Amino acid sequence: MNYQRPDPDELLARVQEEEANSQRGKLKIFFGAAAGVGKTYSMLEAAQQRRAEEVDVVAGYVEPHRRPETEAMMTGLEQLPTRLVEYKGSQLKEFDLDGALKRHPSLILVDELAHTNAPGSRHDKRWQDVKELLEAGINVYTTVNVQHLESLNDIVAQITNTVVRETVPDSILEHADEVEVIDISPDDLLKRLSEGKIYMPQQADQAMRNFFRKGNLMALRELSLRRTADRVDTQMQLYRQDKSVEQIWPAGEHILVCISPSPLSSRLVRAAKRMATGLRAEWVTVYVETPRTTNLSDTDRTRVIQTLRLAEQLGAETATLSGHNVVEELLNYSRKQNVTKIIVGKPVHSRWRDLLFGSVLDELVRKSGSIDVYVISGELDAPQASTSQVFRNPINWKYYAQAVLVVAICTLISGAVFPYLSAPNLIMVYLVGTVLVAVRYGRNASILSSILSVLAFDFFFVSPYFTFAISDTEYLITFSVMLLVGMVISGLMVRTKGQAQAAREREQRTSSLYEMSREFANSSTTEKIVEVAIKHIEEIFESRVILMLPDGTAHLKTYGSPTAMAKLTQQEEGVARWVYDHGQTAGLGTQTLPGSEGMHLPLMTSDGTLGGIGVYPVQPRRIFSPDQLHLLETFANQTALAIERSQLSEKTEQAQVQIETERLRNSLLSSVSHDLRTPLAAITGAVSGLLQPSHKLDRQGHELALIAFEEAERMNRLVTNLLEMTRLESGAVQVDKEWQPLEEVVGTTLTRLEKLLLNHTIHTDLPDDLPLVPIDGILIEQVLVNLLENAIKYTPTGTTIEVKARRGQDEVVVEVADQGAGLQASDEKLIFDKFYRVRSTTVGGIGLGLTICRAIVEAHGGRIWALNRPTGGALFQFTIPLEGEPPQMSMEDEHYEA
Amino acid sequence: MTIMSTQILVVDDDPQLQKLMRVGLGSYGFEIILADNGESAITLAARKQPNLFILDIHLGHRPDGVDVCKTIREWTTTPVIMLSANGDKRSVLSALAVGADDYVTKPFDMEILVARIRAVMRRSASEVSSTSNGEIRVHDLVIDLVNRRVTLQGEIIHFTPIEYKLLTLLATNPGKVLTFNKLLMEIKGVSSERPEQQHFVRVYINTIRKKLKDDSANRISPLYIFSESGIGYRFTDISSPASEF
Repeated sequence: MNYQRPDPDELLARVQEEEANSQRGKLKIFFGAAAGVGKTYSMLEAAQQRRAEEVDVVAGYVEPHRRPETEAMMTGLEQLPTRLVEYKGSQLKEFDLDGALKRHPSLILVDELAHTNAPGSRHDKRWQDVKELLEAGINVYTTVNVQHLESLNDIVAQITNTVVRETVPDSILEHADEVEVIDISPDDLLKRLSEGKIYMPQQADQAMRNFFRKGNLMALRELSLRRTADRVDTQMQLYRQDKSVEQIWPAGEHILVCISPSPLSSRLVRAAKRMATGLRAEWVTVYVETPRTTNLSDTDRTRVIQTLRLAEQLGAETATLSGHNVVEELLNYSRKQNVTKIIVGKPVHSRWRDLLFGSVLDELVRKSGSIDVYVISGELDAPQASTSQVFRNPINWKYYAQAVLVVAICTLISGAVFPYLSAPNLIMVYLVGTVLVAVRYGRNASILSSILSVLAFDFFFVSPYFTFAISDTEYLITFSVMLLVGMVISGLMVRTKGQAQAAREREQRTSSLYEMSREFANSSTTEKIVEVAIKHIEEIFESRVILMLPDGTAHLKTYGSPTAMAKLTQQEEGVARWVYDHGQTAGLGTQTLPGSEGMHLPLMTSDGTLGGIGVYPVQPRRIFSPDQLHLLETFANQTALAIERSQLSEKTEQAQVQIETERLRNSLLSSVSHDLRTPLAAITGAVSGLLQPSHKLDRQGHELALIAFEEAERMNRLVTNLLEMTRLESGAVQVDKEWQPLEEVVGTTLTRLEKLLLNHTIHTDLPDDLPLVPIDGILIEQVLVNLLENAIKYTPTGTTIEVKARRGQDEVVVEVADQGAGLQASDEKLIFDKFYRVRSTTVGGIGLGLTICRAIVEAHGGRIWALNRPTGGALFQFTIPLEGEPPQMSMEDEHYEA
Repeated sequence: MTIMSTQILVVDDDPQLQKLMRVGLGSYGFEIILADNGESAITLAARKQPNLFILDIHLGHRPDGVDVCKTIREWTTTPVIMLSANGDKRSVLSALAVGADDYVTKPFDMEILVARIRAVMRRSASEVSSTSNGEIRVHDLVIDLVNRRVTLQGEIIHFTPIEYKLLTLLATNPGKVLTFNKLLMEIKGVSSERPEQQHFVRVYINTIRKKLKDDSANRISPLYIFSESGIGYRFTDISSPASEF
């Protein structure tokens, strides 16, 4: 048996998708064949069930159908208030996306996925709202009818004769986590309709005659069931792939669909999508730009863009090719991309045109070789007929005048040489003139010049002279040839010029991209890069450009010329903000916030969104073609990369300087510390040696040596405190936080102070359930040492000192309490100040201990304070914030030793 | 042990401290060789072959104490004690990592230094120490290594495998500093430079201490396991009472 191993890349992609999905909300779609099958009811029923399971369910938007059963189902469900939108004098109720995001339930119901939002909403379509909800991690239940599916749009129109304008991309259904088909038989549905359960009686009557014909309903039902079966089939395939079940995977089909400005093209795209889904093939939508089509009317241009967008929405790749021969370009591209099937539209023009100019289709079929060519009809939309019109250059009278002038000159020259040459040679003079005109002044002028030449020749040089009559019919041939030559040459010229123009434009784009990259390389600061990017994008896209980068706070800092800045109204800023937050393109020409005056693109890097860029066409509301859009994206990517690079290098530089400063400071402090401690070490060492019994000091000598020893130790503590203070103040102290039990720090502190604590009772109270704390153990030990030393210094011998800790909210509170005289009211605040000492005391010290405590605690993000205990004595408390979680212990250590 | 023959090479750049070492350690019967920089220390180490090294970590310029320690470890296992300034944990850790046996923080009590010298000498003299009979007895604690049984005041105490491993590792190296990293390696089997892992060790040791009633709730200074702030842990060395400072 030959097992096919799952393709690792595909498995990885699936795992990643699943990971992404695990953070996303889950989408459940209640899918039906027509209105009235009970989708909303089923959705509410499911929601009630979830509510009974104590899931946080909110009805985000439920269509008010006024059906009693449905309304009964709503009882008890929390309803999100709708958003009222003023539109053309009436108030529309819309789903409140922001309200839903703010409420953030675990499950939300959003009826009618295909709904188109009122103008001015954030998204054009409700399915986009749902997408945003899912991304925010909210589970969504929604409903949709089969006729709203984008790829079935035309088939539905064919069946029902009703064109549905509100569509939902197929990907929504394909990626839904669960799809429940709500199915009832057409007879039942019709019964429900006639009972008035779906529409009001008059409406129902009308509906039954149009949309709700039994035939229609059966067809729609079949469509929806088949669609769901397809989905199940795909899931089965995925399962098989997962389990490596042996199977025959369709050999990598790749479909190409070629579109034109014709309105029939969207039908082609849908057909291709269906074929691609059926074959599980990749597909690409291609538009070939020829010199003939470069001057399209605005309507046609927009239509091409729309068709390409539709294809992208349906999951296709898109490409725009340019060249002078459609068939050649198409086949070259197909071979390069390993396309196996090409889909083109059935030509709608009459046969004589093919005979005259050659048929693109015939050529394609002949040259396609191993590639299958599918020809699909476009009859259905015929009533809409092609409105494409050849774009005409404005009539340039100057060119015609020039043409007349050239003919006049030719006539003069011919007149001069007439006596010496035969008539056919005179024609050559006119021919030269016509060629000249064709080259310089274009097709129309050349036609004019051809006709004028013929007339002039006939009038002046063909007998009978000075009449338009012709004695010799042979001249008719001369005339025709001349006309033809003029037209062919001018046609060729126009084409060459067009290609040159296109090449020039492409070259200009490429070179400007190159130029921008080159300037980026020379720009060292982010500001400079931003300036360069704005300059180039403005130039190439004839727009005003604003660039936005976060300024370290929540705000976006904007860059751009004053004219560009003027475009940035509050509303536009909102669009920019959305783009930055979501990392998606929005604004003019997109489906998100299309009301914006400009198009906003995110500046994306591998680490996420770096900022945003707003492009405002100088010519208001000009939409970019997919080609330009891709170029714009390339520019944005280049800019993002350059900014990221410069920001990284700025950061590295800063870090470098900081490291250098720190290194210097540390080495200085460490040598000062060494120099101060070494003599102390010598003193301590010497005196401790002296105290050895072997030296046999007398009682007095021993006492003196002991004083020297103790004072040297105190000196050491003072030096330590001074150095520590210097470190803390200079910022040289790095808080190396580690998660550790507080118990240990308290333990080491007590051990260190063992000798000093001899005359006091120490009581510790650290609960067993005290969490680990993120602290720099050495620094916190210093805090405890200082607090305890203080307590020892200021309290009488024999009293108790308590060290306690308890868990607060997001923090651990540590306290050191004594039974001394307590603090004077004014001291409570001042004692933490540098060199502050409690008045009227004879106790030694320079007043740095508590200042150091405060500095260390604050470096940990905590607070420290002092107060008097109600029972007498001072109480020092400090907090350690608990941020994050300690890494989990992963080691197996469950079984106890016997 | 014949102390008289013990030769110690002391490397310190401070003349007063050199003098102190010569007089102070000399009075305990050690023979002191002095060096004031790293280069002459390495030369002297090779020529005189002392029984022990005392190296100041901070020698003013390269090679410093850590460098010297690393160099002599290339050819000898002679014990090394480092002298460090307070708060210089990083240098201590790197010195222990390159093979130093112990460290003493300046300023130090001469008695403690001598105790450390003796402990280190003893450990290096006999690879197999008090554990040879398969049992470790410290105060009220008895660790029966053969039957893997721990009793405190005659009562059996239960430990998890990792806790037992840590306790025996510490107890079989009495008086020796074991760094967090070394202990972590012991329980996880891999070395980890990442400090965020150290809390594993701290949590286990904390539990062990509580089970041994060796924590701050019971006594000010521990009986068995001592913390070396920022460095690691040290098991008590009963045969040298001075280590209980």
